[in-house]
Amino acid sequence: MFKIAKKKMLAENICLMDVEAPRVARSARPGQFVIVRVDERGERVPLTICDYDNDRGTVTIVTQVVGASSARICALEEGEFIANFAGPLGRPSEFVYENIEELKNKRIMFIAGGLGTAPVYPQVKWLSEQGVKADVIVGAKSKNLLIMQDEMRAVADNLYIATDDGSEGFHGLVTQLFEQLVAQGKSYDVVVAIGPMIMMKFVCLTTAKYGIKTIVSLNSLMVDGTGMCGACRVTVGGKTYFTCVEGPEFDGHQVDFDEAMRRQAQYRTIESRKAKAEQEALAGHKCKVGLH
Amino acid sequence: MANKIPRTPVREQEPSVRATNFEEVCYGYNESEARLEASRCLGCKNPRCVAACPVSLQIPRFIGLINEGDFAGAAAVIAEDSLLPSVCGRVCPQENQCEGSCILGVKSEPVAIGKLERFIGDWGHTTGSVNIKCAPFNGHKVAVVGSGPASLACAADLAKAGYRVKIFEALHKAGGVLEYGIPEFRLPKQGVVAHEIENLRRLGVEIETDVVVGRTVTIDSLMDEEGYQAVFIGSGAGLPRFMNIPGENLNGVVSANEFLTRANLMHAYDDSYDTPIYTGRRVAVVGGGNVAMDAVRTAKRLGAEAAIIYRRGEAELPARREEVHHAKEEGIEFNMLTNPVQVIGDDNGWVKGLRCIRMELGEPDASGRRSPVEVPGSEFDIECDVVIMALGTSPNPLIASTTDGLETNKRGCITTDDNGATSRPGIFAGGDTVTGAATVILAMGAGRKAAAAIDAYLQGISVSAK
Ligand SMILES: Cc1cc2nc3c(=O)[nH]c(=O)nc-3n(C[C@H](O)[C@H](O)[C@H](O)COP(=O)(O)OP(=O)(O)OC[C@H]3O[C@@H](n4cnc5c(N)ncnc54)[C@H](O)[C@@H]3O)c2cc1C
Ligand code: SF4
Ligand code: FES
Repeated sequence: MFKIAKKKMLAENICLMDVEAPRVARSARPGQFVIVRVDERGERVPLTICDYDNDRGTVTIVTQVVGASSARICALEEGEFIANFAGPLGRPSEFVYENIEELKNKRIMFIAGGLGTAPVYPQVKWLSEQGVKADVIVGAKSKNLLIMQDEMRAVADNLYIATDDGSEGFHGLVTQLFEQLVAQGKSYDVVVAIGPMIMMKFVCLTTAKYGIKTIVSLNSLMVDGTGMCGACRVTVGGKTYFTCVEGPEFDGHQVDFDEAMRRQAQYRTIESRKAKAEQEALAGHKCKVGLH
Repeated sequence: MANKIPRTPVREQEPSVRATNFEEVCYGYNESEARLEASRCLGCKNPRCVAACPVSLQIPRFIGLINEGDFAGAAAVIAEDSLLPSVCGRVCPQENQCEGSCILGVKSEPVAIGKLERFIGDWGHTTGSVNIKCAPFNGHKVAVVGSGPASLACAADLAKAGYRVKIFEALHKAGGVLEYGIPEFRLPKQGVVAHEIENLRRLGVEIETDVVVGRTVTIDSLMDEEGYQAVFIGSGAGLPRFMNIPGENLNGVVSANEFLTRANLMHAYDDSYDTPIYTGRRVAVVGGGNVAMDAVRTAKRLGAEAAIIYRRGEAELPARREEVHHAKEEGIEFNMLTNPVQVIGDDNGWVKGLRCIRMELGEPDASGRRSPVEVPGSEFDIECDVVIMALGTSPNPLIASTTDGLETNKRGCITTDDNGATSRPGIFAGGDTVTGAATVILAMGAGRKAAAAIDAYLQGISVSAK
């Protein structure tokens, strides 16, 4: 059992939690994720590690309600418990292993879309702690879905905001904002894009035009998260990889995004049926879905 | 006279009924059936069954005691050599081991050794009468990685010998393949596996789940920072193999591990659990081992038409014979001498069929099995919407790659001596992670051998320290 030390709603249906998991807090590195099972009936949900504090023994996760399990995670309150919390899983970001002095000479741009802001934050924070500067673009549909702006501003060299509806910052897509920055004379050696698959796909198409190396973090379907099932397989450079052990970060220009998006949607109809039942149950409705 | 009695049939769920539920297929013997079956044993002086048992269970001795009605005595005899009789009685390939060698099998049918073993194991669970005592704490701490049969056996022996033992398991539930792989209808989780785990806890063994060794902690951090003087690695062979044929990443192609984990560990067959599972209308399972049989029968129970695709002949099927027999009774279709060459997808990237080629058996290969060769030009399509790959597994490289100096062979298995000692002092290993995918009984045997070696190693250390 893992205690929720702190909970904060970041937007409607998006919550941030500090979870007491000392072993995970101690070993976590930027780019890694955890598998969370909220209760006995819950799925094993992969969630990117958004921050970790070894002194307090806590790990921060950000959850968006998309299915039955995530709905029950977000319904938990401070002081309550999550049944299972395993990690850190996956490989840390590549730059954790790079020479810091060389990193300082690189111009790095992070592009975060929606919930992707959460996993981008620990990376930018880690770099800023090492004295490495990085620019960040955060994109969202609308102002009320922007998360962690203050935290991000504190660690980013330049923070740029884009909203689809223009309610804050640049009016348009993150790719359009990126191209505008480049047109204004900014140049980058490496781009890290984390967000919805479709966003990462278009960021990669954009950066390919400029020949900028691009790293993406894939949020594939997972079951165990330890390399045991292959649910998370993706094609990168024509070869199959298991995202949970060989990722989650890959060279974005090599990823077969169309396949990745199709695979991600495999259980969508079953899941949305279960999620609907769950939300009705949480809202106090009596419902017979699931009974034959 | 005894051998004139025919083998006592075992009561089972009706095939047409059980093909729609997840309850155990076989009910097992009751007391009178067990005693009748036990009376068939000749009590051979040089029992061939014992020689064929991987852990040399004293078979005629325990069967003799069942015959006399001394079930507690029989349980004690089994406990000398096996810690998991309820499990092994259900899942051992008896036809290749004890029963395959039983002298009665020459002229008629062998004694139902597996069913008798299971009877005693289950009898022990219901009466809880097998009392095991532990030696007082000897001051040494041992960490055990994984919680499959190898680890359970190793932990139990060490705890009895007075060691403080802690199991570290990556998943949220202990039991290894017994929990996530083998389905409920063959090995009940509450009725059998949970008992074994509970027995271990009663011995004082602690179990910490959600610890992925190599990520959450490392073997070295367990030894250097947490004070474990020895470690046993029983991490199994969990990494699924795929065929590397076109179309394998289409929606609807899953590994048997994924399919079975969703069904067993995550209870996806029960709609009140969140994890989804998809079977479509027709499921093709590629492979011929126990894993393939478990997957195909699970698919059938979830309401699909289900078929096995296997590249060799029926005689070569590596699965337990009982499972093949049960599968056939349940209406599973068997396509022998057939090998997939491509998974065919529809316009949306979902599976719609499996292109296969006919095979014929050629010369025997290194393993003595006749190797299949393709019949040129014999391709044909099988219609299906899900393909499950049950092609075997290999050890997960995570532990070896995060433990300096831990040697592995070219198949990725951890190398050990006969007693389970690895290339690093204080680190021992056993079960599937050493042998590659094998059997529960071999894993259990390896765990016990390693426990003895760990005991010798740590007593050696404390002697030299004095
Ligand atoms: C579907 C299926 C059906 C089978 N049917 C039969 C049968 O009928 N008869 C038979 O004899 N055998 C059968 N087998 C084989 C048998 O189950 C295995 O040989 C046996 O379980 C191996 O035991 P083990 O202890 O070595 O490993 P496992 O049972 O595989 O257990 C390993 C455990 O270690 C954990 N682990 C792995 N890596 C780590 C890590 N880094 N940190 C922490 N924990 C870790 C895993 O999560 C797992 O719980 C079957 C196997 C499968 C998959
Ligand atoms: S070989 Fe058969 S008859 Fe002989 S002791 Fe073993 S089980 Fe009994
Ligand atoms: S999630 Fe199962 S192998 Fe990656």
